[in-house]
Amino acid sequence: MLRLPPFEYHAATSAEEAVSLLARFGPDALPVSGGTDLYANMKQRLFTPKVLVGLRPIADLQFIAYNAVTGLALGALATLTDIADSPVVRKYYPALAQAAALISTPQLRNTGTIGGNICLDTRCNYYNQNLDWRKALNYCMKKDGDICRVAPGSPKCVAVNSSDTAPVLQAFGARVHLTSPTGTRELPIAEFFLDDGMFAWARRHDEIVTKIVIPPPAGDTRSAYRKLRLRNSFDFPILGVAAVVQLDGAGKCVAAKLVLNAVSSRPVEVSEAARALVGSALSPETIGDAADAAFRAGRPLDNTSATIPYRKRMVRVFAQRALEDAARAVPLAD
Amino acid sequence: MSIAPAKILASLSINGSVVECAFNPNKTLLEVLREDVGLTGTKHGCEMGHCGACTVIVDDLPVLSCLTLAVESIGHEIRTIEGVARDGVLHPVQRALAESGGAQCGYCTPGIIMSAVALLEQNPAPTREDVAQGLSGNLCRCTGYTKIIEAVENASAELRSAR
Repeated sequence: MLRLPPFEYHAATSAEEAVSLLARFGPDALPVSGGTDLYANMKQRLFTPKVLVGLRPIADLQFIAYNAVTGLALGALATLTDIADSPVVRKYYPALAQAAALISTPQLRNTGTIGGNICLDTRCNYYNQNLDWRKALNYCMKKDGDICRVAPGSPKCVAVNSSDTAPVLQAFGARVHLTSPTGTRELPIAEFFLDDGMFAWARRHDEIVTKIVIPPPAGDTRSAYRKLRLRNSFDFPILGVAAVVQLDGAGKCVAAKLVLNAVSSRPVEVSEAARALVGSALSPETIGDAADAAFRAGRPLDNTSATIPYRKRMVRVFAQRALEDAARAVPLAD
Repeated sequence: MSIAPAKILASLSINGSVVECAFNPNKTLLEVLREDVGLTGTKHGCEMGHCGACTVIVDDLPVLSCLTLAVESIGHEIRTIEGVARDGVLHPVQRALAESGGAQCGYCTPGIIMSAVALLEQNPAPTREDVAQGLSGNLCRCTGYTKIIEAVENASAELRSAR
């Protein structure tokens, strides 16, 4: 059997208690919410923490609250099922509900949390393997080894960010709130993700994500998420595309964000796609130009399932589909 | 020499009964159910969240017992395959699976039944798509799923007509 390595378990009942436990035990301690990613990785000995600080009992971080002035506030422990099913998320941020509903399986969405999903460990064919497999290859730089097996000359790890909600939250301009023993801070989610597969988050070891806040949708804002994977269940994305567009009364696009995921160690915002869209109505031509820009920006490496040329070609296809979905979406009633 | 973390003495609520057991903090709910409580109906498949064989119902939601710690299950209502039949009478989902040939080797069946029971409790009249979605976290390598989906639809009709 694949057993978990030994650890001490400390349940926290508040964010303050959680971070004080993390500070007390130091870098040998890890926080865990749903555990659906961490426990599987621990079984493969990718993590062997001496102490786990369980966040599940923190009842006041499970909220989903919407306010027309301040927008959507998601407690870090809101489950992916709750987010996928939330009427306000489905109404005002449909791409987020779509992304949450496409994660993994019903059982794991019932357990997995939004805070955990944005802290999902980066993934790679050479990393997400059991200990014997990795040992036979003499490991990789992300865990126990020296070089990157995907790009041996690379100075940094190229494991991919495989969160479905991350590109959507970035396209919506979300901000991440963190608590540590010395206080709280917040930062744009684009700054929470770092461009290194080994050090992919701005979270310090004694910090936890407490909530994620998304501004209210401006005017006629529409959104969509498209996910590429080999099977329509279980699988992590091998490409994710989030599209958020804002139209004026005449149907002209006044703001746009297109964000790719699973092609890099952090979500990739395609600003050239936004430039192709803003200022004109969403038409096959402008959507095509934006999809071409996404194709140029999406540079998959050989570290997930499916071939690089296929995944590269699919960036254009899925960017186009996400934008078409957004263009077709029913406008919000006032 | 390092000292292993102490065992946790706990009461778990399993199938409506309180069960006293002692386990190490790194034991999953799956391991405690099978090894410490003796309920071996819940199957261990991939143990990585890739198959659904170990599905149990915790507080009315299907979850994977291989990726849940037993210590995290204290204070929650756990239901396993052993608690689905009542007084020797099979649950309509179990009967429908048997009658429609929805089980072949049978290894995935306990997990499928737990997902199906939880689905029908939340959504008594699911569409075929709802059933497929509800079972989308359970792999079956024998049946091709058609008979399983038909069985859940048949059980849904029986449960509704019995009301």
